[in-house]
Amino acid sequence: MAGKKPIRWHIAVFLAPAVLIYTAIMILPLFGTLELSLFHSSPDGRTFVGLDNFRTLFGDPRWAASFWNALANNTWFFIIHMLVQNPVGILLAALLSHPKLRFRAFYRTAIFVPTILSFVIVGFVWKLILSPLWGVAPSLLDLFGLKALFSPWLGKEEYALTALGLVSVWQFVGIPMMLIYAALLSIPDEIIEAAEIDGITGVAQFWKIKLRLILPSIGIISILTFVGNFNAFDLIYSAQGALAGPNFSTDILGTFLYRTFFGFQLQIGDPNMGATIASMMFFIILVGVCLYLFAIQRRLRRYQF
Amino acid sequence: MRHTALTGLLLASSVLGSASLAAAETTLTIESWRNDDLSIWQDKLIPAFEKQHPDIKVVFSPSAPPEYNAALNAKLDAGSAGDLITCRPFDASLELFNKGKLADLTSLPGMENFSDVAKAAWSTDDGSKTFCVPMASVIHGFIYNKAAFEELGLKVPTTREEFFAVLDKIKEDGNYIPMAMGTKDLWEAATMGYQNIGPNYWKGEEGRKALIAGEQKLTDEPWVAPFEELAKWKPYLGDGFEAQSYPDSQNLFTLGRAAIYPAGSWEIAPFRAQIGDSFEMGAFPPPVEKAGDKCYISDHTDIGMGLNAASKNADAAKTFLTWVASPEFANIYANALPGFFSLAKTPVEMEDPLAQEFVSWRDKCASTIRSTYQILSRGTPNLENETWVKSANVINGTETPQQAAEELQKGLASWYEPQKK
Repeated sequence: MAGKKPIRWHIAVFLAPAVLIYTAIMILPLFGTLELSLFHSSPDGRTFVGLDNFRTLFGDPRWAASFWNALANNTWFFIIHMLVQNPVGILLAALLSHPKLRFRAFYRTAIFVPTILSFVIVGFVWKLILSPLWGVAPSLLDLFGLKALFSPWLGKEEYALTALGLVSVWQFVGIPMMLIYAALLSIPDEIIEAAEIDGITGVAQFWKIKLRLILPSIGIISILTFVGNFNAFDLIYSAQGALAGPNFSTDILGTFLYRTFFGFQLQIGDPNMGATIASMMFFIILVGVCLYLFAIQRRLRRYQF
Repeated sequence: MRHTALTGLLLASSVLGSASLAAAETTLTIESWRNDDLSIWQDKLIPAFEKQHPDIKVVFSPSAPPEYNAALNAKLDAGSAGDLITCRPFDASLELFNKGKLADLTSLPGMENFSDVAKAAWSTDDGSKTFCVPMASVIHGFIYNKAAFEELGLKVPTTREEFFAVLDKIKEDGNYIPMAMGTKDLWEAATMGYQNIGPNYWKGEEGRKALIAGEQKLTDEPWVAPFEELAKWKPYLGDGFEAQSYPDSQNLFTLGRAAIYPAGSWEIAPFRAQIGDSFEMGAFPPPVEKAGDKCYISDHTDIGMGLNAASKNADAAKTFLTWVASPEFANIYANALPGFFSLAKTPVEMEDPLAQEFVSWRDKCASTIRSTYQILSRGTPNLENETWVKSANVINGTETPQQAAEELQKGLASWYEPQKK
């Protein structure tokens, strides 16, 4: 019976649910969007226009200005997360994994809870906290005689986006913390012991031993942050509305897409230009992820324990 | 992608929605952005209609104002929208009619109760076809706290000079915030600010029509001057007004912390409910330049009701719309919602003194509608939305009136032929 191997049906059967669902709700709509961006709709029907929509987006001074403004804001939003959320997450994880810490489970839960809150709640609560009229922030600052430091952050072009970025950091800092925490726990005790025998303890141990071992996790967190930030929409929309005021200073690609696709107030929605922006978002994320996969991921050294 | 997720949600809601329609009698669903009016529809208007037509059930199903247009368009495309559509004025509804989403109601019994002016907001450009029953208009002006005015010995201002003198006095006294308005939500600055005081500068319909015809530009004096006045409002607004939202402004006034509120008449009913007996409200129209000048007010045809062309209950819906066009509806509506003024030819008796004050301006001032609504917001960039952003910028002081006007003009001229010269 040295014949063919039997067909391994179970592979197809086990893959089918994920493949079918993923195709139906992710891959088909994605290609639908890409296709939509190549057409122009008018009352007489849909006409194929090739890359004209992309030419409008980058060639027309107004569209281009809006797009670059949204992209720049989005980049700043991402930078805030990379500079604040991830380092703070790592710091929290390092503190949590300290063997002498008490109430560890409580801290872990408390820091993680905002992550599971709805954006609408987070946006609303922070709008209230930062409100110049009824907010907690102005009266708290007043307690310390620092009222002069308060300003209507969400209403100032210079601060609004940074303020919202930090709100988002507050909400999501639990995720890098948990991932890093898990990575730190998985470092075998033998390695730590060996380090201690060599006289590397405390902070030096973190920098020289642990940080190197968790680098792959930090890489994954960075790429998750990147994808999440360039898809962001909800927080800005719930806090600042679809026009992402003041003066479009908090406009990111997600709100720009929403406004264009669905329209806003008297503005009628334009699904084709909307799809063009959505396609650009897809390409930006695709390029970012590829850069990471090929340029960084491959160079990270992994250790097998 | 986000929009696909949204569409999916809407589709899902349509399936659920149609499942509940399986009842024996006809059920009509009304789409609306007036979620504030839910109780009035449920307690007053719908029972009055159902008493006469026991075989028709009506459900009022509003969504939030900023999402309404987008949500409605998506629902209409997905075929899940209600039978009756509350119509935004002008282009938003005209576009729906041109796309065949709204039915032609020109010959609907009851339409004869409205003048051509009232129907203009929901008619084709040539006026030959009407697609929504006009329900109400709203008037802009200023609502003030009578108790505060008495306490400080202030007189109701009629000229701009007096207006700013009053504001100065309130500021000097320091007990009240002179004016309750914020720029965070943007539209307050444009709607309660620019469109409120503007008609006195551009002479109402005269200026509005000249702008549409291309005879005036947004950089002309009458269109820049309202921005210049808005820029002067800044010192009279509350601390941190840049982050003050629309509900914040409403609360500041109803809690008695602010003396003057740049208003639309739609505030009357909610303000009464909030204020109760704590103080009396009064109102004055936008002040003119010199005493005795002709005054202009924004009397904006704001709300109408049309028929979803894809409705399966078109006959019942038309019965309902004929009732909406009747004096009976006008009477209940105008009194239940003081501040939404009937557009019917037959005058409606209103009990609310503040509503009477607002509507009395129709006799002494010339009415106009918001300048950006008809025709001028058809293209991209959208003039109305741009005006929101620019008005807020001007009050925040981040842009000069001149710059704001120039950018608006540049945007309008980029797509609107008559303004290209």
